[in-house]
Amino acid sequence: MSANTKLTPAIPRLNRSAVLLALATLITLGVGEQGLGGRAIMALLLGLALFKGRLIVLDFMGLRRTAPLWRRLVLGWLVLQALVIALAYRISSS
Amino acid sequence: MDTPAHTSPHNTAPPGDLAVWIFILAELLAFGVFFAAYAFTRARHVALFDAMQQTLDRHTGALNTLLLIGGSWCVARAVEAVERDRSPTGFRWLLGALACGAGFVLVKGSEYLAAFSAGINLSTNTFYMFYLSLTFFHFMHVLLGLVVLAILAWQTRAGVYGPTRSHGLNGLESGAAYWHMVDLVWIVLFPLVYVMH
Repeated sequence: MSANTKLTPAIPRLNRSAVLLALATLITLGVGEQGLGGRAIMALLLGLALFKGRLIVLDFMGLRRTAPLWRRLVLGWLVLQALVIALAYRISSS
Repeated sequence: MDTPAHTSPHNTAPPGDLAVWIFILAELLAFGVFFAAYAFTRARHVALFDAMQQTLDRHTGALNTLLLIGGSWCVARAVEAVERDRSPTGFRWLLGALACGAGFVLVKGSEYLAAFSAGINLSTNTFYMFYLSLTFFHFMHVLLGLVVLAILAWQTRAGVYGPTRSHGLNGLESGAAYWHMVDLVWIVLFPLVYVMH
């Protein structure tokens, strides 16, 4: 796929994504260290995972500028994971 | 700010080889089934999973997350450098990615060593069966990723990849996509196994 050799985001975007990913990881760790639980915390943690995954998919994987199908497939996997995990945790708390 | 190259229309295939992306989607599906199995099994053993989760070291889990993120960042920067025909810079970024990946292996390996030393194994209980098998499945992907990165670094140093080379960036982009997939999977695994209860 030689037509794809110019898809990598510019350096500032890559750097910004790396910083945001690290910050989101530290927030996740902070929530874990507080021993917090419940639906709201689960939603926060899944939201952080979705946010981080989106940055990896769009910026690091370089799918921001590809055909929508590829973005939807990979991001769709991510959203599906979050929904399945949320459903399982809802069952366990009901 | 985007480079001018990013003004191209959104109708392109993903970076790298199509076969690698099919492989990546298959891997994501496999991990997805694993995650769902963990989550729904936990729903039937909430007390056990919550208690056992407290025995894990969240700090090493977070450190490993940062190492994988750092590795992915280095790989992305390497691809960006080689795109600009700066193979020596790309090689150095790939060395950085290799260092991050090796760090992950060391940290995760020490976690396994501590668990095995404490007599923990796959048959200890349902939680540890999932924890060990799920994280080891991912661990094997990291090891494969390190082999891929080492080959990419060697070839990048040799100037195999570049916009004016016959190989283009296909091999580099394919290996990079695989490494990012390994990172993406851990992004879900870390909160699910180490934090959420």
